[in-house]
Amino acid sequence: MSYPTDRKYTKEHEWITADGTVGITHYAQDSLGDIVFVELPKVGTEITAGKPFGTVESVKAVSDLNAPVSGTVTAVNEDLATSPEKVNKDAHGAWMVKIKVKDPAEMNALLSAADYEKFVAEEGGH
Amino acid sequence: MGAKMVEFNGWDMPVEYPASIGCGIVAEHMAVRTGVGIFDVSHMGDIRLAGREALAAVQHISMNDASRLAIGQAQYSALLYPQGTFVDDVIVHRLGEDEYLLVINAGTREKDFNWVRDNTLRFDCVVENLSDDFTQIAIQGPKAADLLEKLHESAIDVPIRDPNIRAPFQKLQVQADFRSVKFYWVTWGMMLIMTGNVRRYDQNVLVARTGYTAEDGFEIYAPADEFISAVVWDGLLAAGKEFGAIPCGLGARNTLRLEGKLPLYGHEISDTINVWEAGLDRFCKMEKPEFIGRTALEKAKAEGVKKTLVGLEMIDRGIARDGYKILDEGGREIGYVTSGSPAPFLKKNIALAYVPPEHAALGTTVRVEVRGQGVKAQVVPTPFYKRPKKA
Repeated sequence: MSYPTDRKYTKEHEWITADGTVGITHYAQDSLGDIVFVELPKVGTEITAGKPFGTVESVKAVSDLNAPVSGTVTAVNEDLATSPEKVNKDAHGAWMVKIKVKDPAEMNALLSAADYEKFVAEEGGH
Repeated sequence: MGAKMVEFNGWDMPVEYPASIGCGIVAEHMAVRTGVGIFDVSHMGDIRLAGREALAAVQHISMNDASRLAIGQAQYSALLYPQGTFVDDVIVHRLGEDEYLLVINAGTREKDFNWVRDNTLRFDCVVENLSDDFTQIAIQGPKAADLLEKLHESAIDVPIRDPNIRAPFQKLQVQADFRSVKFYWVTWGMMLIMTGNVRRYDQNVLVARTGYTAEDGFEIYAPADEFISAVVWDGLLAAGKEFGAIPCGLGARNTLRLEGKLPLYGHEISDTINVWEAGLDRFCKMEKPEFIGRTALEKAKAEGVKKTLVGLEMIDRGIARDGYKILDEGGREIGYVTSGSPAPFLKKNIALAYVPPEHAALGTTVRVEVRGQGVKAQVVPTPFYKRPKKA
């Protein structure tokens, strides 16, 4: 799997684009398996870097969605309420929320596509 | 096979097989409900009791009535502590005149064996732990019999895994009366493995029409030899191709058994839950004069239960998970979820839970605490899924 270079990644397996669109990675969806439920915050919610802002559930597991950076939610992908399986089909296309990033400098601390790919190769290889 | 592995009671077990080969919990679950799925369940333990007083020993340590078993018949039963709570649940197979095989859970293998041995000392029978002797493979689903019938009628080509072996072909055949063996009965199958012209195996293997999926199915007890195990596994998948057979892991095994309300040790049954609470009355034969736990169960029956196992269906959006709290409509904690999951075939979010009897009536609404929110659920009839009767 090659990861798109137009965005940054977290070690908790979220991605975020320069304009603040957030989703989970291919690796995350593959580890979770069949995704059946995505719980997202309302527009206007303040989210904090590293803190949970929502939940994604597969048949077998519950997993927190962690905010890659701090900001305010400006849009929520309502489509995922009825079609959560879209995350399995296209994790890098099925975005979850869009946020207005509070401090763009926080983005610098995140992983590049190449670094993330290296990170999951190590994590998956044990 | 690229399966996602998890440590389960000391075993490396596949949770699910990869989406790239058409697997994943939902696909595996659906294969078993509509076609056939194949599970490696070698982690299950096996205890053999044989000898003049084997029946008396089995009667003493288990709650069902093994004296009703004909040779070749099996029954669901349980081993109980003197308190009437569970050591484990078991399937008791009567293999011969004075020979029984107890199939037990992985997590309780050592505990069960020691318990069986210690409690049968005064009986004239041998007790053997055969847990490491078998590779147990479950073939489950409405097409399981078709798959095995094919393996009975002709030898199946099985790919040779070892690149150092240069044989023109490898074949597996298992001859047994798969069609006529009834549910919860066993038979013996003649298993033949040929690698080229070399006869690698030709012995009888035990085949039971049992399972843990609430579906028709079989379990084959092959010798725990690595080569033989691999040929049987590969051969079943090869023979099953035309029936849509796929390998299935522990994840689907759990969702399948949950839809069928089959108990899981450590969840619906444990050393703190008794037979009446678990609702397993019909497998407990109080008319038997004596078995461990009977006295306590008599007393417990007279006193009545304080909690009872119910089936729940989520009404509001949310998924109940193992250990989540059950609240009444006033927000008071009244019980807990033992197993909860999305049900892939029923396409509902379901759960089993212990609640006080006054909240157990069908149609009663309760709340399941999901991340601090009381999500509405309703008590529904169980099992959630019953396999359709054959026409």
